[in-house]
Amino acid sequence: MIVTQSEFTAGILDPNRPAPDGLQDGAGAPTTKRFDVYRNNVAVSLTDALVSAFPVIHKLVGDEFFRAMAGVYLRTHLPDTALMMFYGDKMPKFLRRFGPAQSLPYLPDVAQLEIAMRASYHAADAAPVSTDALGQIAPDALMAATLKLAPSVQIVQSSHPIYSLWQANMVAGAPKPTKQAENVLITRPQFDPAQHLISDADTLFLTALQEGHALGVALSKAGPGFDLGAVLGLLLRQGALTEIS
Amino acid sequence: MFDAPLSALPAKPGVGYKPQHYSDISATPGPLGWLEVHAENYMGDGGRPIAQLRHLSEQFPISVHGVGLSIGGEGRLDPDHLARLKHLVGWLNPASFSEHLAWSTHDSHFLNDLLPLPYTAATVARVADHIDEVQEALGRQMLLENPSSYLAFAESDMSETDFLKAVVERTGCGLLLDVNNVFVSATNLGFTPQGYIDSFPLDKVGEIHLGGHDEDHDDHGAPLLIDSHGREVADPVWALLDYTLARSGPKPLLIEWDTDVPEWPVLAAEIARAAAALEMVPA
Repeated sequence: MIVTQSEFTAGILDPNRPAPDGLQDGAGAPTTKRFDVYRNNVAVSLTDALVSAFPVIHKLVGDEFFRAMAGVYLRTHLPDTALMMFYGDKMPKFLRRFGPAQSLPYLPDVAQLEIAMRASYHAADAAPVSTDALGQIAPDALMAATLKLAPSVQIVQSSHPIYSLWQANMVAGAPKPTKQAENVLITRPQFDPAQHLISDADTLFLTALQEGHALGVALSKAGPGFDLGAVLGLLLRQGALTEIS
Repeated sequence: MFDAPLSALPAKPGVGYKPQHYSDISATPGPLGWLEVHAENYMGDGGRPIAQLRHLSEQFPISVHGVGLSIGGEGRLDPDHLARLKHLVGWLNPASFSEHLAWSTHDSHFLNDLLPLPYTAATVARVADHIDEVQEALGRQMLLENPSSYLAFAESDMSETDFLKAVVERTGCGLLLDVNNVFVSATNLGFTPQGYIDSFPLDKVGEIHLGGHDEDHDDHGAPLLIDSHGREVADPVWALLDYTLARSGPKPLLIEWDTDVPEWPVLAAEIARAAAALEMVPA
């Protein structure tokens, strides 16, 4: 009686299946509860990984809902690497289709923000340019310059108040969110990712920089009313610019 | 075939590193002689985890302990995971690298648990091939850890200790002896833990693990111990450690505590107890 790893895996993921034949206790008797230890370990450890990954979603929906939802997610989206710190990258798409979550339409974008925070935390280190680096470029060369953003920089756009929702759940005393669209820039001055609420124009500008466009191009994409000085100042203070060329 | 020293870890107490203890470890290390980290937690590109590990490695010998390589898997080893491991071992140059006699990946899906293997000649061949591949890729010897078992396979036709001896003979790897796992498996499957230690190739042991377990019962009311790493090491496991050390001589001893991780003083007390156990052993 050979138990293949396919059978073992199928048994683990489906609690309604009997334990595979060929597994036994020390005396050779068949056993279900012993197999349940593995079922439990897999489900609980993956659920706990998702709780760590999505603390705001966990708070927003509550522990019971989150764990039930995680049980569905993990059975349809098993990790494809052993790097648990990145598990859950399909959560926004999953939440968009998950029936019981439809009454909270902002959940997918909040999940995207949490994924971006995690990506920023683990991103590669990169030395920032000095805060006066832009001043050293000749004014007529400035518009053709390319500004490289740090690997830890993330931009998340939403038609929901994702910044306010995150703050309200993670920062003591933060105000209650009001219904509005919010975009977030994430920087990582040293080790801790920081969030900044940014406008649509800021978002267009920063996305253009991230795509490798020259400053002048990014500026034209941002459109009228864009405060270039404010955004560049923020990037420089946050150590988010790593190269000007 | 690797025939190197079993590990460069000192025969002192070590602890599984948790970031919340970062300051305590530097401030009040006590008899702490080394640290162990889970390889997968340091496979990001940068940021605080890597910076902390780099800093700690300047103060302590580091043991890298993998939990995701799936050495017992029916499929091939994940080349991307092996490459990440090679990168980590390359820059950190740890005193030891160890992994588990278990599988955790199937059809490229990672199940995040250490799943059991039948003990047969076919499994020996598969595990040995994978260990050869790892040792070749890393350019160093690895230690293989005995599992905690909750059940047995009807198809098994050799003992766990004979299985481990066969793998060591084929690959030249060393062994990581988890005495809590021995106690858990012995209770769960009805053999004597001392008998297991008596037949274990102690001369191949480069490191010993100690952790806490939980108590449950199986379908028939028999005791079923769960290797939870969420509490103090149980008294009979400390006794089994003494039994082992009396036969093996001093070894690097790791305190593992992975769930419900306590404040540093609780771990420091476990480290002190491990240090006391080592002091009882004639060198």
